[in-house]
Amino acid sequence: MPAQKGFRWSTLFIHLFFVCLTLSMLIPLALIIIVSLTDEQSILHHGFRVIPDKLSTTAYHYFLKTPDTLLRAYGVTILVSVIGTTLSLILTSTMGYTLSRRDYGLNRVTSFYVFFTMLFNGGLVPFYILMTRGLQVKDTLWAMIIPGLLSPFYVLIMKGFMSKIPYEIIESAKVEGAREWRIYAQLILPLSKPALATLGLFIMFNFWNEWFNALLFIDNQKLVPLQLLLVRTMNSLDFITSRPEFSAAMVSFDMSKFPSTSAKFAIAIMSAGPMLLVFPFFQRFFVKGLTVGAIKG
Amino acid sequence: MRRNQVSRFIGRNIELFTFSLPAVIYIFVMAYVPMFGAVIAFKNYEYDKGILGSDWVGFQNFEFLFKSENAFRITRNTILYNVSYMLMTTIFALLVAILLHEISKKWLKLYQTAMILPFFLSWVVVSYITMAFLDHQNGFLNGWLTALGFEKVQWYFDAHVWPYILNVVHLWKSIGFSALVYFAGILGIDAELYEAARIDGARRWQMIWNVTIPQLTPLIIILLILSIGNMFRGDFGLHYFIPNNNGMTYSTTDIIDTYIYRALSTLGDVSMASAVGLYQSFVGFVLVVAANFTVRKINEENSLF
Repeated sequence: MPAQKGFRWSTLFIHLFFVCLTLSMLIPLALIIIVSLTDEQSILHHGFRVIPDKLSTTAYHYFLKTPDTLLRAYGVTILVSVIGTTLSLILTSTMGYTLSRRDYGLNRVTSFYVFFTMLFNGGLVPFYILMTRGLQVKDTLWAMIIPGLLSPFYVLIMKGFMSKIPYEIIESAKVEGAREWRIYAQLILPLSKPALATLGLFIMFNFWNEWFNALLFIDNQKLVPLQLLLVRTMNSLDFITSRPEFSAAMVSFDMSKFPSTSAKFAIAIMSAGPMLLVFPFFQRFFVKGLTVGAIKG
Repeated sequence: MRRNQVSRFIGRNIELFTFSLPAVIYIFVMAYVPMFGAVIAFKNYEYDKGILGSDWVGFQNFEFLFKSENAFRITRNTILYNVSYMLMTTIFALLVAILLHEISKKWLKLYQTAMILPFFLSWVVVSYITMAFLDHQNGFLNGWLTALGFEKVQWYFDAHVWPYILNVVHLWKSIGFSALVYFAGILGIDAELYEAARIDGARRWQMIWNVTIPQLTPLIIILLILSIGNMFRGDFGLHYFIPNNNGMTYSTTDIIDTYIYRALSTLGDVSMASAVGLYQSFVGFVLVVAANFTVRKINEENSLF
């Protein structure tokens, strides 16, 4: 309902509530940025502080000097996200389209086949054995791509959206002799752009933040994505500092002064930062995405 | 005649069937094959013998699990945490969504963006934030405690504090998105209903109580059924990264998912891990079907399937 004119105490309280909420969301983020910029000596003496005695960008210098590990992780994550999202959209849209066609003879059977997997699954162990022994994708990029390719939930949203496309459009195309694949490629896909865009965004975001499969299946240092890099540096920075490229580039630096605490946070900022800057701009698509496919299709 | 019908049926549907084929195969391999793989729970799995070749042991893995204290502990933790996450998120998200609807557009965007930010962070990144607060040596919390003259607390070793920490962290990360879901629901409410209420002289809070909440009930119920169905499925990332997988706090942080992961990755006990997994899937399945059945009994329109 549109806000009424004139001052009201309730409106003031609502704003006050949201200002507190907003601050509680932003302050923790601001604090880790401050920690990553705090001088290591000052951390040693006083711990983390909201207003540190001395600021320093040394932690960032160390990593920008040898960006290989970080860049490689970015590369892996971007590659996985792009390939994964593309394949996933193909699978989701073809399946969503078949389910949206009421005249499809196997519609009910296929629906059950897809949505039953939302209710029951085999669990982690059979999945692990399937991936490592059955598909043999351990230590490959596919280990991070395959598991996220199709979610019944997204199929449901896609189907909900496509069901709203008037059937007459499809029928008239059929009367003119168009084959199914042409109807799909030239009519349905262009009409489904909003759904494809929002779902694509959700899927891409899932691939970007994926760490579980990497944790399970990736040992090869060259295939470590951003999130796994963060998991490993959480416990020790050795993962990065023991690399030969790293020590080679550090000749000019004094390693005894290596800022190990602030460096951890610097890595976290450098890997989460770019997405954090980009994603808020997409949030309106998220609202749209939530409304495109009514959950009950 | 019959044969003719069959071939006509195939002819009419074959094209659409080929469309769904890639996804059908994918689902078969990724979802149905592992369901059969769940038989490992009844076997003594040995790597070189494979799933089919390993010896049957009946319910021995389950017996072992339920005789240990672990089964009770992880079940209790998983359910209690999920219940409190469900209640907290639903109540707070509804509150936020309703209040968001009361303010003007330009502020709305700002608040929404700030609230959704944590949703875009992975649990790994969030664990860095919690570490900045909870670290024993340097953490903000201990710094503030000492400044106020209190003793430092070893947060990562103290099992009692974790239920609070995990609830706060969960709410912090999920509130923005859940509020968005309800807010989208409110936007979908017919504006005429509000208009009619206004003409009848309803005040702000009366509109919320008599229009917004009844109109949102189907959505709330669907989301509640979904979370009841997931009552047995914990949030692995939250419970693994935030407490830093510390053995001292397992009594209050360990859930079914983290237990399975550890049984598999550190203990290497494949059969046991899969017994826990099957227990989790089976009870979860029963729960969602039961929840849906109950809702259908009360009000058919609100049920999920």
